[in-house]
Amino acid sequence: MVEQTLYSISQFYPEIIITLTLCVIIVTDLLIKEENHTTGWILLGGFVLAGLTLMLQFGRNESVFFDMIAIDPFSHFFKALLLLTGIFIILFSVQSRELNNYMHRIGEYYMLLAGMMLGMMMMVSSSNLLMLFLAFELTSISSYVLVGFTKQTKRSSESSMKYIIYGAVSSGVMLYGFSLLIGITGAVDIYGINEALAGGTEHALLLNISILMILVGMGFKIAVVPFHFWAPDVYEGAPVSIAAILAVASKIAAFGLLIRFFSVSFIDAGGLTESGSWQVVEGIHWNQLLGVMAALAMILGNLTALRQDNIKRMLAYSSIAHAGYILMGVVILAGEGISSVMIYLFIYLFMNLGAFYVVMLFYNKTGTESIEKYKGLGKRAPLQGVALTIFLVSLTGIPPTGGFVAKLYIFGAAVSAGWIWLVAIAGLMTIVSLFYYIRVVRNMYFYEPEETAVKPIRFNVWSNVVLFALLIPTLLLGIYFAPLLEFARNSIHMFGM
Amino acid sequence: MIQWLAEPGLTHFLIVSAILFSLGLMAVLSKRNVIMVLMGVELILNSANINMIAFSRFTDLGLDGQMIGLFIIIIAAAEAAVALAIVLNIYNRFNSINLDEISLLKG
Repeated sequence: MVEQTLYSISQFYPEIIITLTLCVIIVTDLLIKEENHTTGWILLGGFVLAGLTLMLQFGRNESVFFDMIAIDPFSHFFKALLLLTGIFIILFSVQSRELNNYMHRIGEYYMLLAGMMLGMMMMVSSSNLLMLFLAFELTSISSYVLVGFTKQTKRSSESSMKYIIYGAVSSGVMLYGFSLLIGITGAVDIYGINEALAGGTEHALLLNISILMILVGMGFKIAVVPFHFWAPDVYEGAPVSIAAILAVASKIAAFGLLIRFFSVSFIDAGGLTESGSWQVVEGIHWNQLLGVMAALAMILGNLTALRQDNIKRMLAYSSIAHAGYILMGVVILAGEGISSVMIYLFIYLFMNLGAFYVVMLFYNKTGTESIEKYKGLGKRAPLQGVALTIFLVSLTGIPPTGGFVAKLYIFGAAVSAGWIWLVAIAGLMTIVSLFYYIRVVRNMYFYEPEETAVKPIRFNVWSNVVLFALLIPTLLLGIYFAPLLEFARNSIHMFGM
Repeated sequence: MIQWLAEPGLTHFLIVSAILFSLGLMAVLSKRNVIMVLMGVELILNSANINMIAFSRFTDLGLDGQMIGLFIIIIAAAEAAVALAIVLNIYNRFNSINLDEISLLKG
C-alpha cells in the first residue's frame, strides 16, 4: 500500500509542480506590493517545469493511485497540449488591456489559472468516476470565477452568472448519470464498468438514460449542440485571454475526458469488427448519439455564426462547429479516429489561439470587437491583419494551412469508417464557414479606414514574437506534418484498452 | 401496498431521488430568481447523493458510494459559495437578480 502510494507520487510530478506553483503564487501575492505580472511569470515557470517533468514520463503506460489516475501516452499527449495552451494564455494575459484595471488582484487571476490547469490535467488522466467528477468541478469552478474576473463590467458579470448556472446544472445532471451507472455496474472505475458490462446487461434502458445524462455534462464542457447555449454569451463577456482558454484548453481537456471515458467503459474488450474498428458494448449506442450531436453542432454552429457582428461571438459559434468536426473523429471507433482527433486538436490549438490573440491585440489598441469596425484595419496594422487572415483561412480549412491537414485526416478517417452522411454535412458546412471567416478579411482589406482613425497602429516587438510563435506552426503544419502524425499515432494507447 | 411501504428497499430510495431530481430540474427551468435556480441545483446534486448512499447500502458497492457522497457534499458547498459570490456581484451591477432582467448578451 505504502509502496504503491509512494510510487504513484513519483509518477505525479507535473500535477504536484502545478499545485506547488499555486501555493507559491498565493504567498508571493501576499508578499509583493508592486502591481505587476510577477505571479504570471512564476506560473509560466511552473508550467515549463511541469512540461519538462511530463517529458520524463513519455512512454509509460500504467495506472497509479489504485486505478484513479492513468499515466499513459494518451494522457501525456493531452497534458502536453494543455500546458502549451497555458503558456500561451499567460503570454496573452500579460499584454491584456482588460486586466489593467484589476492589477491589485492579478495574483488571484494566475492562482485560478493554475487551479484550472490542474483540473484539466487531471480530467484527461483520471480513470475513476469520482476523480473524474472532482477534476471536472475543479476546472469548472476556477473558470466560473475567471470568466467574471473583470467584475466591474456588466457583461463579464452576466456571462459568469450564466456560465455558473448552466455549468452547475449540467454537472449535476452528469453526476446523477454517474450515480445510476455506478449503481448498475457496481464499479467506480472505468475498467470495472467495462468488466461489468462485458457480458451484456439486462438494464440496457437505464444504462442508455445514464449515458444521456453523462453526455449532458460532457457536451456542456466541449460546447456541442444542444448544450452550447452558454458558449457565445460567455466568450463575449469574458476577458479575451479567458475566452481563448475556454475555447482551446477547456475543450481539449473535455475531449480527452470524453474519449477516455467512452472508449474504455463502453467498448467491447473482446472484439474487433471485420474492418478492424472497435465494437460498442451490446445495446448501448453512444456512438450514434455522438454522431447526431456532431452533425447538429456543425449545422447550427456554422449557420448561426453567419449572423454575428461581435468577433468573439463569431469565434464562439465557430468553436461550436469545430467541436462538431472533432466529435466526428470520436464516433468512428477506431485508432485512426482517435489519432485524427489528436492531430485536429493540436492544429486547432495554434489557429484558434492565434485568432483570439489578434482579436485581443486589436481590442487593446482600438477597443472594438465589432467586425463592422474592423474596416481598414488590414491597412493600419498590416502584419496583424495578414496573421488574422491566415488564422481564419486555417480555421476554414484551406490549404496550405494547418487547418486543411486537420480536416483532411478527420474527414478521411470518417469516410473510411463509413460515416458518409456525416462527412457530407461536414463538407457542406465547411463551405458555409468560409463566408463568415472571409467577411472579417473583407472588412479588413476591401474598405478604407474611417476618417477619424487612419493612423497606423503600432505594436511592440514582444507582441510580434508571440504572434509569430502562433503563426509559424499554423503555416508549417500545413506542409510538414509527418512528426505530428507520428506523435499522434504513438499516443493513442490508453491504459486498459 | 402497506407491506411494501413498511419495508423500505432500494426501489424506494431510487424513487425519492428521482422525484427530488425532477423537482430540482423543474426549479431550474421555471424559476426566474437566481437564488431559486441555485436551490434547484442543490436538489439535483443531493438527489445524486441519495442514489449513491442507497446503492452503497443495498448493493455490493460498499463504502465507495458513501465516500463519493461525502465528496459531493464538499463540491456542492464549494459551488454554492462561488455561485453566491457571483450573484452578489450581479446584484451590485444590475440591482436585480431576476434572470429576465439580466440579458445584455444575446444573439
